[in-house]
Amino acid sequence: MRFMVIVKATRDSEAGKMPSEEMLAAMAKFNEELVKAGVMLDGAGLKPTSQGARIRFSGGQRSVIDGPFTETKELIAGYWIIQVKNKAEAIEWMKRCPNPYNEDGEIELRQFFELEDFGESPAVEHHKAVGEQIAAQKN
Amino acid sequence: MSAPDTHATIEAIWRIERAKIIAGLARMVRDVGRAEELAQDALLAALQRWPGQGIPDNPAAWLMTAAKNRALDELRRAKLIARKHEELGREMDEADFPDLDAALDDDIGDDLLRLIFTACHPVLATEARVALTLRLIGGLTTEEIARAFLVPEPTVAQRIVRAKRALAEARVPFEVPGGDALAERLSSVLEVIYLIFNEGYSATKGDDWVRPALCEEALRLGRILAELAPDAPEVHGLAALMEIQASRLAARVGPNGEPVLLLEQNRARWDQLLIRRGLAALTRAERLTEERGPYVLQAAIAACHARARTAGETDWARIAGLYDELAGRAPSPVVELNRAVAVAMAHGPAAGLELVDALTAEPTLKGYHLLPSVRGDFLKKLGRLDEARAEFERAAALTQNARERKLLLDRAAALAS
Repeated sequence: MRFMVIVKATRDSEAGKMPSEEMLAAMAKFNEELVKAGVMLDGAGLKPTSQGARIRFSGGQRSVIDGPFTETKELIAGYWIIQVKNKAEAIEWMKRCPNPYNEDGEIELRQFFELEDFGESPAVEHHKAVGEQIAAQKN
Repeated sequence: MSAPDTHATIEAIWRIERAKIIAGLARMVRDVGRAEELAQDALLAALQRWPGQGIPDNPAAWLMTAAKNRALDELRRAKLIARKHEELGREMDEADFPDLDAALDDDIGDDLLRLIFTACHPVLATEARVALTLRLIGGLTTEEIARAFLVPEPTVAQRIVRAKRALAEARVPFEVPGGDALAERLSSVLEVIYLIFNEGYSATKGDDWVRPALCEEALRLGRILAELAPDAPEVHGLAALMEIQASRLAARVGPNGEPVLLLEQNRARWDQLLIRRGLAALTRAERLTEERGPYVLQAAIAACHARARTAGETDWARIAGLYDELAGRAPSPVVELNRAVAVAMAHGPAAGLELVDALTAEPTLKGYHLLPSVRGDFLKKLGRLDEARAEFERAAALTQNARERKLLLDRAAALAS
């Protein structure tokens, strides 16, 4: 299963302040570890919201709001996409992440929808039935 | 942390660390079977202590140290015995025990690569290599492997035990081979990984069309290998091939679990992240060499499909050219059959049929359902419907996959009226 690991923004990241050389080095080492383990699929840092925009939907209307946005803790400063066996493995990997913040902060792990999550359908039922058949054969 | 949580955490730590620990131990004790047992002992120690004492700050180091201490004890004991009983046959001097302090600091990556090469050693039968690789590097349980390959669990357990014994008896050195042996040994490693992938991608037996867990495991192995052996073009070629093929996993099964052929797939469901990774791996491979090996070429073919936004935009002439190159590098009747398909798409069904007809006498394709299936397709396009129907029926009788059989019978039935 895949997880998106979301790094929240901070005052520093929103101010466009680049991480210290030390932090960049630690992060590069951590990323290398993830890649070598075949876990990291993708990842990137994001520029401050002053470079971004929002599109607000209201019925058929769309209005564009330019950054920056103020509610810092709700903003995103970067992400990883990782592939792991389960949530415990995702957590264990990301606990090893160097602290990306100079202040208290959080990173958030969110699981991707996968094939098996697409609700009730003949295909999903079929897959389940096959799994049960295999289990039954084994016993 | 509650007990079940601690358990789940230990399991996760173990999944991350186990292959590295087994690899480190195998270099010390020179026996992968014994290394796995010693590693397992370290896990048991953690399972006993951590729920009470809490998980250490650096659990990976704790496990590695615990495991290596066990190995050191064993080696010291063995050394003592050897000194006392010189009739053991060979003098076990310091050379047999590499500088242990240095060994502890040695690059873990090198050990992991050695472990992969050992598990895929040609002294073992292919199915033994597959089982051992999934067990030692993938960390799958015997039960999981048995389920994936639809064989009874005791069979897999036997296979693994015998494989470990065979490695020990053959005194297979724990090393990455050098020189000429490297290419041959590497191709055995790649073969094992691709076999695991294919077992997940298209089940050869039974009703189960896609087994994503096996594909994921093979992908993970391929990605790990790409970092451990970054100078080998074929390693990136295989990684590229698997990434691109895996990008179509969601699209290749229809709403009723039936297979959807490549050209009929909804390309919007292709996983663009995996395609991007596949194309990047292919670029990496092509930068390393002018001479493209079989995996790089197959990846290049897969990339042609991945780049085409619609089936109609597929560059068939280029694909036919790549198959020509592949037929030159690694000739086989199956490659020839695929070449025929590409040629037919580029230059018309008559040109394809000519190539396929040359293959009908090929003994290795006698039971291969895709030969009549492809031939039927060309005949249908040429308007020779009765012959086409007979070919689809023949193909249906040959395939072991129930879903595929239905698809072929449907195609035959559609031509009946």
